[in-house]
Amino acid sequence: MITAIASGKGGTGKTTVAVNLALSLGGVQLLDCDVEEPNAHLFLKPEFQHKRPVEVLVPLINEELCDHCGRCSEFCQYNALAVTRDLVMFFPELCHSCRGCILVCPKDAITEGKRTTGIVEYGVRDDIEFIHGILDVGEAMASPVIAEVKRDMNKEGDILIDVPPGTSCAVIESVKDVDYCILVTEPTPFGLNDLKLAVEMLKEMKIPHGVIVNRAGIGDEGVHEYCKSENIDILMEIPHDEKIARLYSNGVPFVSELPEYKKRFKEMFEEIRRVVEG
Amino acid sequence: MKQVTVLSGKGGTGKTSMVGGLASLTENKVLADCDVDASDLHLILEPKIRKETDFKALKTARIDESVCIRCGKCMQHCPFDAIDDYVVKPLACEGCAVCELVCPVNAISMLEKIAGKTFISDTRAGPLCHAILYAGEEASGKLVTQVRDNARKVASENDLDLVLIDGSPGIGCPVIASIGGADLALVVTEPSISGFHDLKRVLKVVEHFKIKSMVCINKYDINQEKTNEIIEYCSRKDILIAGRIPYSEDFTKAMVEGKTIIEYGSEISGAVRKVWDEINNSL
Repeated sequence: MITAIASGKGGTGKTTVAVNLALSLGGVQLLDCDVEEPNAHLFLKPEFQHKRPVEVLVPLINEELCDHCGRCSEFCQYNALAVTRDLVMFFPELCHSCRGCILVCPKDAITEGKRTTGIVEYGVRDDIEFIHGILDVGEAMASPVIAEVKRDMNKEGDILIDVPPGTSCAVIESVKDVDYCILVTEPTPFGLNDLKLAVEMLKEMKIPHGVIVNRAGIGDEGVHEYCKSENIDILMEIPHDEKIARLYSNGVPFVSELPEYKKRFKEMFEEIRRVVEG
Repeated sequence: MKQVTVLSGKGGTGKTSMVGGLASLTENKVLADCDVDASDLHLILEPKIRKETDFKALKTARIDESVCIRCGKCMQHCPFDAIDDYVVKPLACEGCAVCELVCPVNAISMLEKIAGKTFISDTRAGPLCHAILYAGEEASGKLVTQVRDNARKVASENDLDLVLIDGSPGIGCPVIASIGGADLALVVTEPSISGFHDLKRVLKVVEHFKIKSMVCINKYDINQEKTNEIIEYCSRKDILIAGRIPYSEDFTKAMVEGKTIIEYGSEISGAVRKVWDEINNSL
């Protein structure tokens, strides 16, 4: 079963839930798909064993064959190519690697090249297998790095995916094909607003979902009222607790100090399995 | 006209609350909410929308099944696995038009798609340019650029000398679009292992694009040791600490009441004011 841990709003506790859930269950694969700001490793502290670069396809232009007809630049929907009378300019950060320019070039002057935009690292902590991706600084597109992180999923076992915040294309890439999505929110107006956006996205993608309310006790009743009226399960509430916050700030997963939560996480996960398996 | 972008790397450090507070302290500015993925500033500022425009991003492919001969070329060439049994999955399609190109019977056309809306609004803190991006849409960078264009236009039409930009978390496309050409990036961080980790990444991005930065440490007293590490790091990199704000429940309380931290009359108003003074000095 593949379970994603997402949130509309950033900083609500996605990574906290993902890591503590992984440690409570054991024997799972944990994937950190927040490749812009990957944090799960700071808490899980895995031993990294190997890594590989993420390469995306880019056009290579053979200036000797190119007659500057401009078809490639006309075709490119992303404005990644500009052709003047004696120059072809390529803007790699705009390219979506679609191969369209290669297909339209009448002179076969464009071939497939490669460019590195990040890395994927593999690690282990006890019986938890860990994979995360790191987008290179200055790169705009997270999705290709996320796709590479997900390439080595072991679909025979249980997989947890830490998703980036928001509802953008990087989030879609992270949650597509998952069996269930846990949405972590905080009970505040900002938390509620962004939760609604995330729920709309998951409904459109037909992904079953439930909510964990983190920092329960702060803010207002909006999140609870919304979940009730929309019939969304509240899977767990984690109280606003100074001890949890302090452990978090030092990178200590709270289940290691508050073991009663291990049982709660396990029970929650079994409940999710029942929902998924119908 | 000066442009200041507020960033954080990590989400939930108090970026939007900080922008709200700064908005209460400054005159002659326009606000731009460039966290188009999960914009929240409007929840505090209750904008009255003056102008609303559809945002058209990338096109989406559509297959006319009455023309389609099911040859499979579109599926074979689609780089995004967006075609399933001759039906296009709109959330997966990135609008590259390769399927339209390879279709031998012209069964595929590229349709314009409205991916969100941009707004120009009035608020009690002055004009606000904001937007919504429909869930799962691409091109958030392009939408950020459009919000910033709107803000600059409003500023020059009304003789305003500051554009205050609420950025998004992360370091990717919307962040890059929100800092290009800015005069200053204010990074709001928190003293946690992840806050510090993400701060370093976002500062590298800001540096990569040669934008000046300063740092504000929110909730600095929840972990004094990490706060000291952040201060040391910034001083090594010659980055000014614009302010240290103590942990305060007023952030949430003000939000619940729909007020900025300054309007709420919080005990931390002074600390926010100091951040504004530092920004002002550096501009």
